[in-house]
Amino acid sequence: MVNPLTPVLTKRWTEPRSWTIETYERTGGYTALPKALKAHPDQLIQQCKDSGLRGRGGAGFPTGMKWGFIPQGDGKPHYLVINADEGEPGTCKDIPLMMADPHSLIEGVIITSYAIRANFAAIYVRGEVLHCIRRLNAAVKDAYAKGYLGKDILGSGFDLDVVIHAGAGAYICGEETALLDSLEGRRGQPRLKPPFPATSGLYASPTVVNNVETIASVPFIVNGGADWFREMGRDRSPGPKIYSLSGHVTNPGQYEAPMGTTLRQLLDMAGGMKDGIPLKFWTPGGSSTPLFTAEHLDVPLDFEGAAEAGSMLGTTALQIFNETVSVPWAVMKWTEFYKHESCGKCTPCREGTYWLVQILQRMVAGNGTASDIDTLLDVCDNILGRSFCALGDGAVSPITSGIKYFKDEFLALCDQNSKVLAGANA
Amino acid sequence: MTIAPDKNSTELVVPEGHVKLVIDGVEVVAPKGELLIRTAERLGTVIPRFCDHPLLEPAGACRQCLVEVEMGGRPMPKPQASCTMTVADGMVVKTQLTSPVADKAQQGVMELLLINHPLDCPICDKGGECPLQNQAIAHGRSDSRFHEHKRTFPKPINISTQVLLDRERCVLCQRCTRFSAQIAGDPFIELLERGAQQQIGVAKEKPFQSYFSGNTIQICPVGALTSAAYRFRARPFDLVSTPSVCEHCSSGCAERTDWRRGKVQRKLAGDDPQVNEEWICDKGRFAFRYATADDRITRPMVRDAETGELRESSWTEALQVAAAGLLAARDANGVGVLTGGRLTVEDAYAYSKFARIALHTNDIDFRARPHSAEELEFLSGTTVFTNPDNGVTFQGIESAPAALLVAFEPEEEAPIVFLRLRKSARKGTTKVFHLGQFTTPAVEKTFGTLLACVPGAEANALNALPDHASDVVELLGKPGAVILVGERAAEIPGAFTAVARLAERTGAKVAWIPRRAGERGALAVGATPNLLPGGRHVANTAARTEVERTWGVEEGSLPANPGRDTTGILEAAANGQLSGLVVGGVDPFDLPDPALAEKALAQAGFVVSLELRPSAVTAHADVVLPIAPAVEKSGSYLNWEGRRREFGTTLEGTGALPDCRVLDTLAVEMDADLFTQTPAAAAADLARLGEGAPSGSSLNVAAPLQSPAGAGKAVLATWHRLIGNGSLQVDEPHLAGTARPVVAKVAEATAQQFGLETGGYVTVSTERGAITLPVETDDLPEGVIWLPTNSGDVTVRATLGAGHGSIVSVSGGKS
Ligand SMILES: Cc1cc2nc3c(=O)[nH]c(=O)nc-3n(C[C@H](O)[C@H](O)[C@H](O)COP(=O)(O)O)c2cc1C
Ligand code: SF4
Ligand code: SF4
Ligand code: SF4
Ligand code: FES
Repeated sequence: MVNPLTPVLTKRWTEPRSWTIETYERTGGYTALPKALKAHPDQLIQQCKDSGLRGRGGAGFPTGMKWGFIPQGDGKPHYLVINADEGEPGTCKDIPLMMADPHSLIEGVIITSYAIRANFAAIYVRGEVLHCIRRLNAAVKDAYAKGYLGKDILGSGFDLDVVIHAGAGAYICGEETALLDSLEGRRGQPRLKPPFPATSGLYASPTVVNNVETIASVPFIVNGGADWFREMGRDRSPGPKIYSLSGHVTNPGQYEAPMGTTLRQLLDMAGGMKDGIPLKFWTPGGSSTPLFTAEHLDVPLDFEGAAEAGSMLGTTALQIFNETVSVPWAVMKWTEFYKHESCGKCTPCREGTYWLVQILQRMVAGNGTASDIDTLLDVCDNILGRSFCALGDGAVSPITSGIKYFKDEFLALCDQNSKVLAGANA
Repeated sequence: MTIAPDKNSTELVVPEGHVKLVIDGVEVVAPKGELLIRTAERLGTVIPRFCDHPLLEPAGACRQCLVEVEMGGRPMPKPQASCTMTVADGMVVKTQLTSPVADKAQQGVMELLLINHPLDCPICDKGGECPLQNQAIAHGRSDSRFHEHKRTFPKPINISTQVLLDRERCVLCQRCTRFSAQIAGDPFIELLERGAQQQIGVAKEKPFQSYFSGNTIQICPVGALTSAAYRFRARPFDLVSTPSVCEHCSSGCAERTDWRRGKVQRKLAGDDPQVNEEWICDKGRFAFRYATADDRITRPMVRDAETGELRESSWTEALQVAAAGLLAARDANGVGVLTGGRLTVEDAYAYSKFARIALHTNDIDFRARPHSAEELEFLSGTTVFTNPDNGVTFQGIESAPAALLVAFEPEEEAPIVFLRLRKSARKGTTKVFHLGQFTTPAVEKTFGTLLACVPGAEANALNALPDHASDVVELLGKPGAVILVGERAAEIPGAFTAVARLAERTGAKVAWIPRRAGERGALAVGATPNLLPGGRHVANTAARTEVERTWGVEEGSLPANPGRDTTGILEAAANGQLSGLVVGGVDPFDLPDPALAEKALAQAGFVVSLELRPSAVTAHADVVLPIAPAVEKSGSYLNWEGRRREFGTTLEGTGALPDCRVLDTLAVEMDADLFTQTPAAAAADLARLGEGAPSGSSLNVAAPLQSPAGAGKAVLATWHRLIGNGSLQVDEPHLAGTARPVVAKVAEATAQQFGLETGGYVTVSTERGAITLPVETDDLPEGVIWLPTNSGDVTVRATLGAGHGSIVSVSGGKS
């Protein structure tokens, strides 16, 4: 059912010196911008709505609708903020995109800013990726030099400034409101909503926060049209998508495919499981999305498909594990990550992850009891939906889904006679 | 035909601006915007909570208050925090009482809060009044499933000299940080680190220096914040709590005094929405040990004729000696009365009446600080007749479109006024203008505009407002605008005249906000040279007759000429025109000219001192009569609004007598009846007098021309700080440690002119003496130097004999 896709978002990645403005222009870059600037901003918002583009940062919120929430004529400055914090474990699409084709993001930023009437945009990049920050800065500089940024862009009368802001390496700063606080120079912790960023975001002004991949899709929509975009993917989740495959696959990396592609198809593209060792479990969209198993090889990976199968599309970060990996051990590792990254604001996530890690570590060390499993599940139940932001919800996904599919491995750990790490079949 | 029951009679009416919802099956009407947690509370359902506080912006951090919510018939997928969600029409809410999901969620959060909580209850200050303890019992499990390692931190760290933080006990509710950032504007404590390592902390070398820090201890829902003053001293269940009123400044905060076995252990903020809401300043909270200082005077003393030293005596002897001495002095050149600004209404009334009928004089003044005739004219013409119904109030400040502060430092002089100003300015309601000398923290924290002028030029500045700052005048013309005048205005010729003119021009209401708790009351009861109680002028025969009749004294017996003011009394005593002095609670070093005061005390033939502790007055007194501190008596203060703040006796039966009682007995010895045996009797006697008729004021003091200070000289700006050398702050080293650093301030250009180095020292001198202290630059007008009036080694009046607007010599100094 999959259309063999001609690459869209990644089409320039294999060009020599793909990141330069010359390459970009030579390959059709900055041709959407003049079209967009001739349109009325509201037409662009409508086009985005028509295209069915949904946020690529994890939650899948309809992008055109988000833009439409920005109050117009309110006399306040508007802002566009690009979420390039890419912190979800396994996710590796935004940074490669910005490395290989930064101008597609910048062109998207200009069009989006014009649509929402913002004259200032910030790209918040996770702090560890210095090379990417350098590349973006160079790209922004080139775009200014060519008159794509700055005052009176291409004679349209539209002004836009773009800054690249380096985060300081906190997963929570990918959460959009924490990101805004961090961008304002405050401690990065999620804000109370409402008010939502659309009315009270950066510096309490109307703000759109979008993921890198979301915005990089925009120039293609402007050039190709909403209908073209809808030809790819599935009805409620249209468009192309970058899937990042990591772990026990022959060729890990980014694979662009239409929304709704299955792991089986992706594994074909990636040369199959590494060394032929069979698949045991995988995450469809990063560790915050409940685990899948070999049973789920044919689940269409779009927002609806993943949800119907009991998980979430997340960031299409497929972490793939073969039979050599112990599920409790992997779950413990992920939980250590969430404990480390919990911002501390709310009780369930802060205290819950602290507790869960210790139980899991104890179990993995062979000192668990069967009642620990009940405690794990109950503590997860007390975190899920009780936390302030979605980090807490994400933190329990590996545990609950891990126990759901691999309870026997957890139970085996409680067997006092077994000193072997259960499930880790070498 | 059957009569159908009238269905409508049971339907709830939904007034404009309200919504109807259902909580636990009960229909309830709530104002729009109300938080669910409060609506439930009005229904009698207490939802457990930690981070929620009605006066702080919602945080939704602890997640203890989760409830189930259904909107438009659709249940929301997750439990919602009732402290952040507002009511909506048609909402159906289920709390822990009716929802197993909410109940489990709350139990779950409680369990999580406890996993890292130390088992400190037996030694924790909060034990017995701890929201965590109480709610854990009500909403928690009886056992723990947590078998892992608890997080530990080194036990308490000092975040200021007064406040200690135990991070193990902290539940990270952010009440303290939100209070400091939102209410006080002192964001010196913050969350640090993240996850389970998240903790409250202060920056290096930057302690939690806030005048309001004690409130964080009170609102901390656990024992994480404790005070050095109270720590480990008592258990809440062993304490007796008595409602009280703060005796320090003119805000008149409601307090709760907790005591045990005759000793005050701590003071807490009382809840009074009209006055202090739920906050008090650190002075009001911590400065109470003066009453139990080692040197407290508990026995009367008379000066021994042979040794010349004070010796303890019986009350009978002391009163007889005092009466005889005062009668003789009265019949010689007369006796003057200085009462200070710290008396209750009832005590001040006793002094006022004592002066008139026992001493036959109008030589009485409560102003133990710089004062002026212009000020007295203003106070007796206008201020004395204002009250919460016709004048400025705390709540009036909160709705004022503009507030002009004249010679008034709200944070230092009346901290709760400052908090209200900040609150309304933060909401964007009130635009605050400060007529002063530099951008003090209060200017910043009230989002205010500084109107800077040279000390002494404030009246000129006010007169020039229509020309130079018409926007200010325009704003002051809006209904509800206020002008707040501070005690320092008495040092500025023409200031009150200019304020009155501006008020007349704009229609803004004026409030006079003195520093001390007793000043408004003393004014009301006529502890002034020109007024009898109720604002009646002494020179007004009808008014005098009215008082004479009520007092039951012979008609025509009350002195008819206005008496001397504080300086007049001291001068007269110093040069023999007065033969005696009665002094109640005055620190001579607060007076405009302490040297004159010393001389007066030394020269006066006979001095009676009513005092708590030895002072420069008792050193000269012939008779010292001990009196009760505020906690050991009842009474009332009139706060700056003119609001009566009544309080009962906290510590009963200590044997200490209030001033009114001592004076009543002394008067009897002198053959006069005050009818002030008890504060209640004094209050009743005063009430019979009622208020007099305003006679209007004729303020006409010209603003002086400013002349240049001269070479090597500067104009002094000075005012008191909240925490300084005040006599009621003794014995509180932890409080003293939170005082602001003692520094002089000058403009950059002035520093250059005098060759002062940043970080260096400056010497400020007059012919009386010199003070050397560190100097900092700030945005003062050129040629001006600011000093705290009475902080640390800097005692402007005692050392320099100077005040606000004085010309002083300035030179580079060495420490
Ligand atoms: C803990 C947490 C981390 C997140 N990290 C990221 C991130 O790194 N990048 C991102 O685009 N969105 C991230 N999100 C999602 C954002 O909050 C937000 O939904 C997204 O940036 C919106 O953009 P989109 O509509 O284009 O997807 C995160 C959310 C949570 C709760
Ligand atoms: S769930 Fe709570 S503690 Fe965890 S990251 Fe979000 S706000 Fe912070
Ligand atoms: S110290 Fe107290 S008030 Fe502050 S966050 Fe901790 S528990 Fe809350
Ligand atoms: S503001 Fe004034 S009345 Fe209130 S506690 Fe402080 S000193 Fe006392
Ligand atoms: S009281 Fe509601 S979240 Fe803390």
